[in-house]
Amino acid sequence: MQALGRKNTIFKIMEPNLLFDVVRSFQLKANVMNTMNAYKRKVLLLKPKFSKLNKFILNLIMPTVKELESLCSQVRRDIVRMVHAVNSGHPGGSLGCTEYFVSLYFEIMKHNAKDFNMNGYNEDLFFLSNGHISPVFYSTLARSGYFPVSELGTFRKLNTRLQGHPTTHEHLPGVRIASGSLGQGMSVAIGAALAKKLNNDNSIVYTLHGDGELGEGQIWEATMYAAGNKVDNLICTIDVNGQQIDGPTDKVLPLGDLEAKFNAFGWKVLKISDGNKIAEVLEGLKIAKSHTGKGKPVVILMKTEMGAGVDFMMGSHKWHGVAPNDDQLAQALNQLPETSGDY
Amino acid sequence: MENKFTTTEKKDTRSGFGAGLSELGKKNTNVVALCADLTGSLKMDAFQKDHPERFYQVGIAEANMIGIAAGLTIGGKIPFTGTFANFSTGRVYDQIRQSVAYSGKNVKICASHAGLTLGEDGATHQILEDIGLMKMLPGMVVINPCDYNQTKAATIAIADYVGPVYLRFGRPSVPNFTAADQQFEIGKAITLYDGTDVSIFATGHLVWKAIEAWEILQKQGISAEIINIHTIKPLDEAAIIASIKKTKCAVSAEEHNKFGGLGESISHVLTSTIPTPLEMVAVNDSFGESGTPDQLMTKYGLDTKDIVAAALRAIERKK
Repeated sequence: MQALGRKNTIFKIMEPNLLFDVVRSFQLKANVMNTMNAYKRKVLLLKPKFSKLNKFILNLIMPTVKELESLCSQVRRDIVRMVHAVNSGHPGGSLGCTEYFVSLYFEIMKHNAKDFNMNGYNEDLFFLSNGHISPVFYSTLARSGYFPVSELGTFRKLNTRLQGHPTTHEHLPGVRIASGSLGQGMSVAIGAALAKKLNNDNSIVYTLHGDGELGEGQIWEATMYAAGNKVDNLICTIDVNGQQIDGPTDKVLPLGDLEAKFNAFGWKVLKISDGNKIAEVLEGLKIAKSHTGKGKPVVILMKTEMGAGVDFMMGSHKWHGVAPNDDQLAQALNQLPETSGDY
Repeated sequence: MENKFTTTEKKDTRSGFGAGLSELGKKNTNVVALCADLTGSLKMDAFQKDHPERFYQVGIAEANMIGIAAGLTIGGKIPFTGTFANFSTGRVYDQIRQSVAYSGKNVKICASHAGLTLGEDGATHQILEDIGLMKMLPGMVVINPCDYNQTKAATIAIADYVGPVYLRFGRPSVPNFTAADQQFEIGKAITLYDGTDVSIFATGHLVWKAIEAWEILQKQGISAEIINIHTIKPLDEAAIIASIKKTKCAVSAEEHNKFGGLGESISHVLTSTIPTPLEMVAVNDSFGESGTPDQLMTKYGLDTKDIVAAALRAIERKK
């Protein structure tokens, strides 16, 4: 994580009541963990000998990361099994963004999976702008409790609610806009963020975009609008995997210096240097949250590896939209332990 | 018989939209408005002045405007977007298709300066394809009111309808002849004159010209039925069929390309129910050009005399 200007609040961790809450509360564990990362950096590194308290605190945060990593393995299994079953879909970007989705839905967002409401009053909202990575979105939604996990088996099949690209048309809980035709999600998220402001709702609106998607002009219309109108309850994440269908982004349409571009547009720019590490993603998202409400929209440039978690799918654009065959599926599943039960 | 529709004033339909939006703003706090740098042209100034917190100036970025409008519905708002018809449809078709229509969002796309009567700006701005573009989108309601009062009433009515709507209106001042206190019913055709010889189905600015045609035809001993089709989708098929059963021939009249417009929708009804002669008064698959509105309507065959001629041709084809 290369965020700038963070003020951590490590001393709160010392309060016994909070420590008790940490044991009970999944959500709070994330808060503590982020605090602890700073704690590790700024305190432990200065004091190499761990005190008993230090060890105790560190042990508290480990289950969260382990639980989420374990969940990521299951989501990755879902992804490759879903696209294999219908011999179509987009595994590459889905695998690359698994840590982001799991972090967002299981730790970061305040949301109501059991009683989905389109308007999402007083809930954080998420919009997937690069809709083709629907497998990771669907798996995360199902594993969060929006709809039965067994429904993942209907992906891309006739009469399914799990269309090739996400849609509200079939009333799938958890989806608030159709996406697939690229470049539209940021504008929609701005609208939802503006509605939250009108409703005096302090929740946050999140989006995810592909880096190749930034070729769409509408993204830059939205980028200009959000900064110019201080839409500061918005956290957009760019999946910087450097790949798109026809090859590396640098060869298809060079993105240039994205950090400088978003800065020039007036956004608060943050980075996650390894978006395939849960701890980094969690910390990055928490820091992003701390920058909301300060007059600027927030963007996270999140570096990921397309195909992450499956060795033969990594490091290439070739698995952007190709499904594995039977042998490849077996090979992939061998690398991904079943942790929460296959659908 | 005297023409019962008299008018003492001419007003632009876009001002009817502005007045309707202003009234809505006062009575429904969920109504929000967005404009792409054409607030004055769209007559959205009053709403902007009275409700600055609910007015979004998006600049010259129509695609973003449509997306923001779609997002505002998530949170219970009823967004009205405003720009010229050309930039409300063709320019942002994919945004409307995916983020509004397919997503089933309650966005009201309000489009001024439609058709040839935009005038001197020329063909870049005179969209004649917008009705076709919008009616092809599943679930999209397409409304093209005929005068100031009806545009105002339609603007107010669409806020109560849940779903995407395309509201089309224009720039020039035209006779304001419908009732100021009318209730606008989406999808309900309005019969202005009963007749027995020919049915004239008109929409938008062509409705007044159809009334003028009625007077001329009457003097020639022809009884024309004049029907105002303010809603092109959903089309009032029952009203069309009922009229055709009496008159056995039809004329459609619109400020739009003959492909994709009202005439095409009516022809679909007729060919699938009662095959009937239909003459279309519409632009003959052409772009427009610079000129005054009246000059353009004459040159492109959208005048009162063109409706009269079409009626005579339709009647002739019955024989």
